[in-house]
Amino acid sequence: MSISIEQVNKRFGDFVAVDNVNLNINTGELTALLGPSGSGKTTLLRIIAGLEQADSGRIQFNNEDITGQHVSERGVGFVFQHYALFKHMTVFENVAYGLTVKPKKFRPNKAEITKKVNKLLQLVQLDWTADRYPAQLSGGQRQRIALARALAVEPKVLLLDEPFGALDAKVRAELRRWLRRLHDEIHVTSVFVTHDQEEALEVADRIVVMNKGAIEQDGTPEQVYDHPANPFVYEFLGNVNLFHARVKQGQTTIGNVQLASPEHTNGDEQDGFAYVRPHEIEVFKAPVSDGLKVKLDLVTIVGPVARLEVLTDTEQQLIHIELPKEQFKQLALAQGDIAWIQPRYSKVFLGEGI
Amino acid sequence: MTFYRSFTSKRVLPGFGISLGSSLFFISLVILLPITGLIVQTAELSWAQYWAIISDPRVVATYKVTLSAALVASVFNLFFGLLMAWILTRYRFPGRILLDGLMDLPFALPTAVAGLTLAAVFSTQGWFGQYLALWDIKVSYTWLGIVLAMIFTSVPFVVRSVQPVLEEFGPEYEEASATLGASPWQTFFRIILPEIKPALLTGTALSFTRSLGEFGAVIFIAGNLPWQTEVTSLMIFVRLQEFDYAGASAIASVVLLASLILLFIINGIQQRYQHITGGVK
Repeated sequence: MSISIEQVNKRFGDFVAVDNVNLNINTGELTALLGPSGSGKTTLLRIIAGLEQADSGRIQFNNEDITGQHVSERGVGFVFQHYALFKHMTVFENVAYGLTVKPKKFRPNKAEITKKVNKLLQLVQLDWTADRYPAQLSGGQRQRIALARALAVEPKVLLLDEPFGALDAKVRAELRRWLRRLHDEIHVTSVFVTHDQEEALEVADRIVVMNKGAIEQDGTPEQVYDHPANPFVYEFLGNVNLFHARVKQGQTTIGNVQLASPEHTNGDEQDGFAYVRPHEIEVFKAPVSDGLKVKLDLVTIVGPVARLEVLTDTEQQLIHIELPKEQFKQLALAQGDIAWIQPRYSKVFLGEGI
Repeated sequence: MTFYRSFTSKRVLPGFGISLGSSLFFISLVILLPITGLIVQTAELSWAQYWAIISDPRVVATYKVTLSAALVASVFNLFFGLLMAWILTRYRFPGRILLDGLMDLPFALPTAVAGLTLAAVFSTQGWFGQYLALWDIKVSYTWLGIVLAMIFTSVPFVVRSVQPVLEEFGPEYEEASATLGASPWQTFFRIILPEIKPALLTGTALSFTRSLGEFGAVIFIAGNLPWQTEVTSLMIFVRLQEFDYAGASAIASVVLLASLILLFIINGIQQRYQHITGGVK
């Protein structure tokens, strides 16, 4: 089931939540709506579901206009951040709910419902919880039940609103891998909202980056990570260092460091901003001719990664660097030492940064 | 010793002993002592005398009037209180805060004032009563008046029990139900109603209990015709005026017993539901 969103707008008073958004979501894709809070991603998801009405614009499922359809008729599965499991019902009753509220002539009989619910509970690997109440389950288990409940009505599209937002880090990582595998199994067109770039990069087939109600970039995880369309996307997808740079004929100059930037071939020298990710910087103990001299200001070792904060010699600019712990140990640098750094790769945007 | 310690010394706030002690003391003073007095008074009677007093036909008539009126009033409040709680939590409209405040008026107003006002307004010459009289409906000085007074004095119990539950019960449950294809009625009966049922039952039962004992508001509107519009609490008052303390106590013990049984039932309801939902979201 493909989803097409055409010129959708939504305001809450003076606040523009969704600003003229156009988006097509292909059948069977797992798409992430990624953005900071207030970027309109949840509102857009709720408009797709029918839980919110757009002020203007159209929503189509498989080229069928469903803009005016009530949420209960759209056939969407919706998973909430805080699970929204019905507390007074057992797990079994929760999952069966969508089947038991069907109009009589479409309602499966008891045996069919039992069979289907048990199958779904097996799919989410929680068949042993059928007779428990939601209060007796952990957060991760509840969210899997919520997913099984949404899948019970065989939704045309599955919509997930920050599905892992309320879980702790370890469970979150487990669940998103699990969701990825589940989606490979059932291939229902899915859209999930997240503000966690790592989650989006790991789980999604496609990432739609949103900011201030509009779409900043739309592409595969590799595309948005390696070729961000603009400074916002670059900054949002992971930590980044910003250097003042001069750009001329496909060459970017940061201090006395030369880097290739083939996308800017203009002959005149222009001002620009070079974005460099913390792990794309090399560190040397001995002076290198085309490196920046820096002072090691702070070293923190986080598991296998050494995170350095260094200050440039000339501009006293703070730069974040990440490198494997082993590599850092071999350098034999200590806090306060002088070192040389060299960006290996940068993405240059002309004009003002953000 | 270890049991005692685990209750006292490891708490963030000290003073378990003194706080429990003083509460028990006051409970004894204002609740247990009067009840003991009541029992002692009643104990002057033999079982036969006791039975004769509480099964006196005129007294039995008051049970019927009180029970039936309280039942109708509390069932009415079940619906009306639920509606009020729903309106106050689910909609935002001008005057909502005023309405919310007015809900507590029956608690704040002296019940005698309420009774007098209702009696005046609903008498055959009153503002409402004169129009109801055209339909041959008499409220003041009839059984209907008793019901009305009971409704007025006990509706806040239902509203104030249900309101916080509805407020905490976020819209996402209704939304979840709707996305699963449920109609608004199905959502109400299968999702919202079960969730508020314990609070609604508690509120209604409290409203019923309160109505059983209501005196001030009722006697001004009831007309107090023996056999017809006398409530049980009035009977107690009548016996007291006749200096028949034992008789008054005997009748009071019946009211007390009925209220206590109801209160235990309410507690039972609450505990059963807490057990299921675990108090966890």
